[in-house]
Amino acid sequence: MNSTMTTDRQDERLRGGTGLRGAFTGVLDRARAGDLGVIPVVVGLVVIWTVLQILNPIFLSSANLVNLTLESAAVGVIALGIVCVLLVGQIDLSVGSVSGLSGAVLAVLFVSEGLPVWLAILAAVVLGAVIGWVYAQLFNRFGVPSFVITLAGLLGFLGLQLYVLGTKGSINLPFDSGLVNFAQLAFVPAWLSYTFAVVAAGGLFASGWLHARERRKAGLSAMGMPALVLRSAALLVALAFLVWYLGQTRGVGWMFVFFVALVLIMHYLLSRTKWGRSVYAVGGNVEAARRAGINVKAVFTSVFVLCSTFAAVGGILAAARLAAANQSSGGGDVNLNAIAAAVIGGTSLFGGRGTAFGALLGIIVIQSISSGLTLLNLDSSIRFMVTGAVLLLAVVVDSVSRRSRTSHGRA
Amino acid sequence: MSPTQQTDSVLSLRGISKTFGAVAALTDISLDVAAGQVVAIVGDNGAGKSTLVKILSGVHPPDTGEITFAGRAVRIPTPAAAHKLGIATVFQDLALCENLNVIQNLFLGQEIRPLRLNDVAMETRSWELLRQLSAKIPSVRVPVAALSGGQRQTVAIARSLLGDPKIIILDEPTAALGVAQTAEVLNLIDRLRENGHGVIMISHNMADVKAVADTVVVLRLGRNNGVFGVDDVSTEDIIAAITGATDNAVTRRVPRRGEDQKEGSPS
Repeated sequence: MNSTMTTDRQDERLRGGTGLRGAFTGVLDRARAGDLGVIPVVVGLVVIWTVLQILNPIFLSSANLVNLTLESAAVGVIALGIVCVLLVGQIDLSVGSVSGLSGAVLAVLFVSEGLPVWLAILAAVVLGAVIGWVYAQLFNRFGVPSFVITLAGLLGFLGLQLYVLGTKGSINLPFDSGLVNFAQLAFVPAWLSYTFAVVAAGGLFASGWLHARERRKAGLSAMGMPALVLRSAALLVALAFLVWYLGQTRGVGWMFVFFVALVLIMHYLLSRTKWGRSVYAVGGNVEAARRAGINVKAVFTSVFVLCSTFAAVGGILAAARLAAANQSSGGGDVNLNAIAAAVIGGTSLFGGRGTAFGALLGIIVIQSISSGLTLLNLDSSIRFMVTGAVLLLAVVVDSVSRRSRTSHGRA
Repeated sequence: MSPTQQTDSVLSLRGISKTFGAVAALTDISLDVAAGQVVAIVGDNGAGKSTLVKILSGVHPPDTGEITFAGRAVRIPTPAAAHKLGIATVFQDLALCENLNVIQNLFLGQEIRPLRLNDVAMETRSWELLRQLSAKIPSVRVPVAALSGGQRQTVAIARSLLGDPKIIILDEPTAALGVAQTAEVLNLIDRLRENGHGVIMISHNMADVKAVADTVVVLRLGRNNGVFGVDDVSTEDIIAAITGATDNAVTRRVPRRGEDQKEGSPS
């Protein structure tokens, strides 16, 4: 305990201090009460990486990890949208079809119609937003469960995708276009990568320090200097190591940077804005949110639009990565991988719980399994089964920790 | 039921009536609430308590009658209008988000600095509100799910205080609570009175009413069936008025006697 009592720590029932020790015991206490945060997914990732590395020494090689980051961007962006809909307690099952449709529209407009690439991208993204808006209207006006609306969308937009692609069924994007270049060949120069790492760590420290100063000025307890420095230093070391290791081969892809940037933006929007609060509130208790004066329908609309838009963006990235849009784009396991990534990343299926970073961690897990099993020459039958098992495990962890939260009063 | 206008009454209703179709939910209701006064509204199911609360919180407008708030005649067409006037209502189900913490719940829908939330200001204000209520909440950064029923009631009441209302309406604040938590909430109501708020409390629990209210207003079948000073009336008398087992002339005598004994006590 501090000698000078801060406003928020005067209750004698509070345990733990505010220094480094306090921060550590706080995390431990929360974990014991079932508020696991990102611990399960990090532990899971370590286990998966260890096993796959033992099975195939190439797995953790720089070249493979570079590939892994690039592969995870497209579905990761889609998973980011899924996190948003899950937060309000809804679901979008059509993200795979929408991403495929978006890729097809892009390819048709760009290649077949000869429009400028930016216009084709814009059209595909706007189409995604419109789809989300239509979902929201159906949901808000007629009260149809999102599950059913988007199931219809899953089928309908798959059909539209096939229709748009026409009889050829596959359209190749030119290799010399900026879009394909961005997804396949554009890597951040080493010096810029390190700059990013330093800026990220510095930013974390600066925002933490400013916040702590503001809190102390207001007479509240705040994170001490050692904890702040340690946190930023840890981030710096981790990022610098990552940049260095990926830099052994091709480095950090711009597409991955783009994905991480979207994650950071969504993290800010969800945790630091009034809109983000209302998303969590709607997911926690719709009626309470409504009575608090939140425009619940607008929140649902914004989330559905956001999810479909992210799906469209993901579809564009996937098409660029493949340098083609075809009938199977967005099909197969894209849909379920995106949802699985969100859930594995700690987003609760019951609404009101989850973070943007969950999408990042979740997709890394999914892609690791996929990439590791591919390296082992196991075909997709095994991959589906393993991914299914991991998803099941994640949901079990969610349910168990939820029960533990309830018994510890943290539900 | 004395119609004499109290000089210090913040809110007074005169001749309020409300019908739903053929049903007269409220007929010619009068009610006075002064600053620093706790008025308990009691009555059987269907007596019109909820309708009265809804009229005051702007959910239903009354058909006839006048509402005087802070000395001038007002209309309360919407919940927002009630909020703007300074009438806050804490509904029975509290309407809290269990996944959000105390600060987030207190400021839900009225966050400070929407595009870059000012957590520090909100936390400081939260502590002010909770201290004002002498609330026993160890940390405002725990999810509301971690709080007991009484603590949740505290949070809901604290939230109603955010707009600095003159009148706070509590709809059955102790209905779902245990003994200790009920005592906590009753303390809270005392605190609201000390801070100069007018409190209207709906309750079925006579012990709570006797413990905390200054005045008891009995509704029966949509009509006033007696206004008692709480010190001058026994629980049996209140129950008799609720069930209609007393002659009206007798109930009318009680508050008059009460006024003679207690100089300046609000009707």
